[in-house]
Amino acid sequence: MSIKDRMSGNEAVAYAIKQIDPDVMPAFPITPSTEIPQLVSNYIANGQMNTEFIPVESEHSSMSATIGAEAAGARSLTATSSCGLALMWEELLVAASNRMPCVLALVNRTLSGPININCDHSDSMGARDTGWIQIYAENNQEAYDNMLQAFPIAEDEHVHLPVMICQDGFITSHAVQNIILNEDKDVCEFVGEYNPGEFLLNKGNPVAFGPYALSCYSMEAKKAQEKAMEDSKAVIAKVAKDYRERFGRGFTFFEEYRTSDADHIMIIMGSAAGTAKQAVDDLRNQGKKVGVLKLRVFRPFPGQEIANVLQNCKSVAIMDRTESYNGHGGPLSSEVRAALFESKTYPEVVCYTYGLAGRDFTVEDVYEIFEELENVSSNNNISIIQHRYINLRTKEDR
Amino acid sequence: MRTDISRINEHTPYEELTEGLMMFAGGTSKSFKTGEWRTNTPIFHSEKCKQCLLCAPVCPDGCIPVKDSKRSDFDYDHCKGCGICVKACPFNAIEMVPGVEPVINS
Repeated sequence: MSIKDRMSGNEAVAYAIKQIDPDVMPAFPITPSTEIPQLVSNYIANGQMNTEFIPVESEHSSMSATIGAEAAGARSLTATSSCGLALMWEELLVAASNRMPCVLALVNRTLSGPININCDHSDSMGARDTGWIQIYAENNQEAYDNMLQAFPIAEDEHVHLPVMICQDGFITSHAVQNIILNEDKDVCEFVGEYNPGEFLLNKGNPVAFGPYALSCYSMEAKKAQEKAMEDSKAVIAKVAKDYRERFGRGFTFFEEYRTSDADHIMIIMGSAAGTAKQAVDDLRNQGKKVGVLKLRVFRPFPGQEIANVLQNCKSVAIMDRTESYNGHGGPLSSEVRAALFESKTYPEVVCYTYGLAGRDFTVEDVYEIFEELENVSSNNNISIIQHRYINLRTKEDR
Repeated sequence: MRTDISRINEHTPYEELTEGLMMFAGGTSKSFKTGEWRTNTPIFHSEKCKQCLLCAPVCPDGCIPVKDSKRSDFDYDHCKGCGICVKACPFNAIEMVPGVEPVINS
């Protein structure tokens, strides 16, 4: 039996953590993720969980303590946002390279500057090459479902990599929506007991983590870590399938929304996918063949699978909620275009930057984007600005 | 996963390394000979030594072996020639000489 409730994204993730009941949670508060450790602390104080909560003095320490606890043999996780993630930088790479199956609940918020507390993906996108698996949610339900899948993925013997569960700051983390929760016993069965293979508190079986390695070992170590990321794809797919069979919800690497016969497809991540899907429904009612590919897993990047979905469409809008300052689009644009090139699939592509630092992104914006895509693909003479901002004030507007 | 690390060396392919380069043994720094790093070498003059043992605990690399409350000659496989022991000795029983070769050969 499942339980109907209404919750914010932060409440949903905190509830998932309560059900997982991990061994250790070190955390430091930062907007908009503060509620997660706060609610977990309440659960612990009320005797509803057995987790050891460690209040630390910074995010540098919270990630260090998470790694330390994980190495000791404890199932460990933490939560953060924005500059908190930035302060964890060094440890993010340490967690991944030491193959720690720990988990981070990330509530996406922009990075300075200008200093701002609202949502975009610049924090997690900046950490995209730290070796963490990254899974994104459209809403509170997906944040909850993804959280429950994090440890089964991380702890799989073919993976042993840390997992970042991302949801959009405020839009998802603070907005209350309906949600379906799983029974505690079903979650326990799904997540399972943690049996670490090698750990520091394993008496009689000494082990050292993170030794210094000269150049004659480092390159091989990094390749082995990269191989684990490749192998994690099969495990993510298996865990998603198990979850779907048991609880009836969820996607593998992405959701395909009305894409099968679509001429024009928008690729998007996070809460704005809901806006895009509404617009697609409206345009479909007008007879337009449009669809949305909502990306769930950004690391490992499912390039070939995305290219397969896009092989028959005429044009693609790639939506980045962060700026790469590289002069030609954000990280999602770079990854998708590389995947298309590799698979010799060449639709018209336009890269859009939207929603930076909480800028609104509306159904009307999506209408305009699809209109532009239609013009691009029906008129060969039109000159396309390949990298465009949505809802940006410019002198031309006057 | 658990492996005899003496079987891992710089010819091991990446598929056969331990996960995250985990080490399944203690004291592995012993097998890493760092003595060749030194540019100056301490010489132990046992006739001047009063066995006060002020030198042994200040050695950062544990290269002054002590047995039955008596020190013996340096562990030149690991001594990096920092010279801290020379400063610690009140009896001029340790002398710093330039180079690494003469002592290793002796």
